[in-house]
Amino acid sequence: MSDNSDNNAYWKANLRLMGFCLVIWALASFGFAILLRPLISGIAVGGTDLGFWFAQQGSILVFLVLIFFYAIRMNALDKEYGVDEE
Amino acid sequence: MDQTTLNFIVVGASFALYFGIAFWARAASTSEFYAAGRGVNPIINGMATAADWMSAASFISMAGLIAFVGYNNSLFLMGWTGGYVLMAMLLAPYLRKFGKFTVPEFVGDRYYSNAARVVAVICLIVISVTYVIGQMRGAGIAFSRFLEIDIELGLYTAGFVVFVYAVLGGMKGITYTQVAQYCVLIIAYTIPAIFISLNLTGNPIPGLGLFSTMAEGQAGAGQHLLVTLDGLLTDLGFREYTATTNPWLMALYTLSLMIGTAGLPHVIIRFFTVPKVADARTSAGWALVFIALLYLTAPAVGAMARMNITTTMWPAGIEGEAVAVDELPDWFETWQVTGLLGVEDKNGDGRIQYYNDANPDMDALAAERGWEGNELVTFNRDILVLANPEIAQLPSWVIALIAAGGIAAALSTAAGLLLAISSAISHDLIKSVFNPSISEKGELLAARISMAVAICVAVYLGLNPPGFAAQVVALAFGLAAATLFPTLMMGIFSKRMNSAGAIAGMLAGLISTCLYLFLFLGWFFIPGTASFDSSQYLFGIPPTHFGPIGAVFNFAAAFLVSRATAAPPEHIQALVESVRIPRGAAAAVDH
Repeated sequence: MSDNSDNNAYWKANLRLMGFCLVIWALASFGFAILLRPLISGIAVGGTDLGFWFAQQGSILVFLVLIFFYAIRMNALDKEYGVDEE
Repeated sequence: MDQTTLNFIVVGASFALYFGIAFWARAASTSEFYAAGRGVNPIINGMATAADWMSAASFISMAGLIAFVGYNNSLFLMGWTGGYVLMAMLLAPYLRKFGKFTVPEFVGDRYYSNAARVVAVICLIVISVTYVIGQMRGAGIAFSRFLEIDIELGLYTAGFVVFVYAVLGGMKGITYTQVAQYCVLIIAYTIPAIFISLNLTGNPIPGLGLFSTMAEGQAGAGQHLLVTLDGLLTDLGFREYTATTNPWLMALYTLSLMIGTAGLPHVIIRFFTVPKVADARTSAGWALVFIALLYLTAPAVGAMARMNITTTMWPAGIEGEAVAVDELPDWFETWQVTGLLGVEDKNGDGRIQYYNDANPDMDALAAERGWEGNELVTFNRDILVLANPEIAQLPSWVIALIAAGGIAAALSTAAGLLLAISSAISHDLIKSVFNPSISEKGELLAARISMAVAICVAVYLGLNPPGFAAQVVALAFGLAAATLFPTLMMGIFSKRMNSAGAIAGMLAGLISTCLYLFLFLGWFFIPGTASFDSSQYLFGIPPTHFGPIGAVFNFAAAFLVSRATAAPPEHIQALVESVRIPRGAAAAVDH
C-alpha cells in the first residue's frame, strides 16, 4: 500500500508542476501576446510594443524554456519518488 | 549552367541521399516499421519531429501569411508551437510509457473496446488523409515550380520517392530521412534570411534584425525596421503591420491550433520511437528547438521581404515617383512568368503604382496623383520566400537549395502522415480487429502493403484534389482538437473515464465539429449547400476556430455519460496507474 500512496504523491506533485507550467504557458501566449497586450503596450521593444514581441517571438521562447524546465523537474521528481527508469 | 539544370542536380542529390538512408535503415520487424525499434536518440527524434511537423505550408507560405496580415497572424506562430507544451506535459510521456505503436491502439486498449478503437481509426484517417492531400499537392507544386515539369509528373515523382523509403524502412527509414530533410530545409530557409537581414539591418540573426534599426543607406536609416514598415504601409493605405483587430477571436484560433497540434496522430507517434519516458519529455523540447529555428526566422523573413518589395515599387518613397516599368528588377520578370507576381499599367504612365485601392482614404491622393487603381495586380504571398534569394542577389546554388528545401518539407510531412495512416490500418484494423492471429511477418507485410496503398490513394487525391482543399485543413485541426486530444487526455488523467464515456465524447466532438463546418461551409463542403453565411456565425465564431468548442462538447459528453455508467474494470484502472509512472517503460518495448 505504501508503494501506492507514494505513486499518488508523485502524481500530485506532477499535477502541481504541470499546473504551474500551464499558467505561464497561457500567460505568455493568450495573456501578454493577445488579451493583455493593451496593458503592456507602454513597454517599447525594438520599435514596437512588448505584446507584439511576445506574439512573434517571446511566447515561443517561453514555450521552449517551459518544456525543458518541466523535463528537468520531472527527472528530479522521478528519482525523488523512486519511479525513474533504471 | 542554367538555373533549372542546377535545381535538378541539387534536388537529385538530395533524393540520392534519402535513398541511401532508406537502404541503410531498412525495417526488419514490426517494431522497427512502426516505432523505429524505439532506439531513436531524443535529439534526433526532435529533429525528425520538426521535419515531420513543418510542411510545405510552413516552409513556403508561413512568412507570407504573417507578412500580409502582420500582428494578427502571429496566431499561427503561437498556435503551431504552443501545442508542443501540451504534448510534452499532457500526452507524450504517458503514451510512450503505454508502449504500443499507434494512437487508436491506446484508445482501444485503455477503453477496452474495439468500438472505441474503430472510432479512433476513423478520426485518425479523416484527419491524416485531409492533411496529406495538401502535402502531395504542395510537393507537386514545388516540383513543377522549381524543375519546370508538370504538376502531374511532380506528384508521381513525389509518390515514388516516398514509396522507396517509407515502404522499405517504415518509421525507421522515415525517421532518418526526416533528419536529412530537416537539415536541407533549415539551411535553405536560413541562408537567404541571414543575407536579407544583414542587408537591411546589419544584424546577421533575422529574428533579432526584425527588432533592430535600419542600416545606413536603407530607407529610414537609424529608425526601427517595424516603425519604417508601419509607416510605409499606412502611407500606401494598408493596415498597420503591428495593429490588433479582434483579440478574443485571435485567442480562440490560437487555442484551436494548439490543441489541434497536440492531437495530430502523425506527430504523437514520433514520441513512441524514443527509448525512455524521460526521453519523450526532452524530445518534445528538442522538437520545439528545431521548429523554433524556422519559426523565429519566418516573421523576420515576412516583414523584411514585404519591406523589400514595397521599396522596390517605390524607390524614392511614396512622395517620389513609382518604379518605372522598364526599371523593374530581373527577379520581377522571372516570377511574373510563374503568375505569382503580375503588373498592369492601368493609367498608362509607364510606372507601377502599388497601393491599397480598396481603402477609401486613398481615393483623394490617387485622384490628385493620377493613379487609377493598384497596378501590382498579382502579389502571391508565397513569393516572399521563393524569391528571397533573388531579392538578396544570392548565387544560383542558393535558389537550387530553396527548391530542395521546399520539396524536403513537403515529402517529410507526407511520409509521417502516410505512416500514421498505414499503421492504423495494418495494426489497428487488421491485427486488432479482423485477424488477431496474424503472424509478425504477416503483419509486417500488411504494413508495407497498407503503406503502398496509402501512397497510391494520396497521389490520386493529389491529382484530383476535392474542390474543398482549403476548408479541409481547418477540418483536420478542428477534428484533432475535438476528438483525439480530449479522449487521449481523459484516458490518462481520469481513472473514472470508461468506454461509454469516451465513445460518447469522441462522437460529440466529431459530430459537433463537422456540423458547424458543414452548416457554414456547405454540406460535405459541396459549394452552394451552406445553410448559413458568415454573417450568422454563432457568437461570431468562424468554423476554423471551432476546435476548442468541439473539445468542450467532447469533455462534457464524456463526463456525463461516464458518471451515469459503471466505472472501468479494475485492470484498466491499474493500467492508468502504470501509465502515470515512468518506471518499467523499457519492459514494455516488446509487447
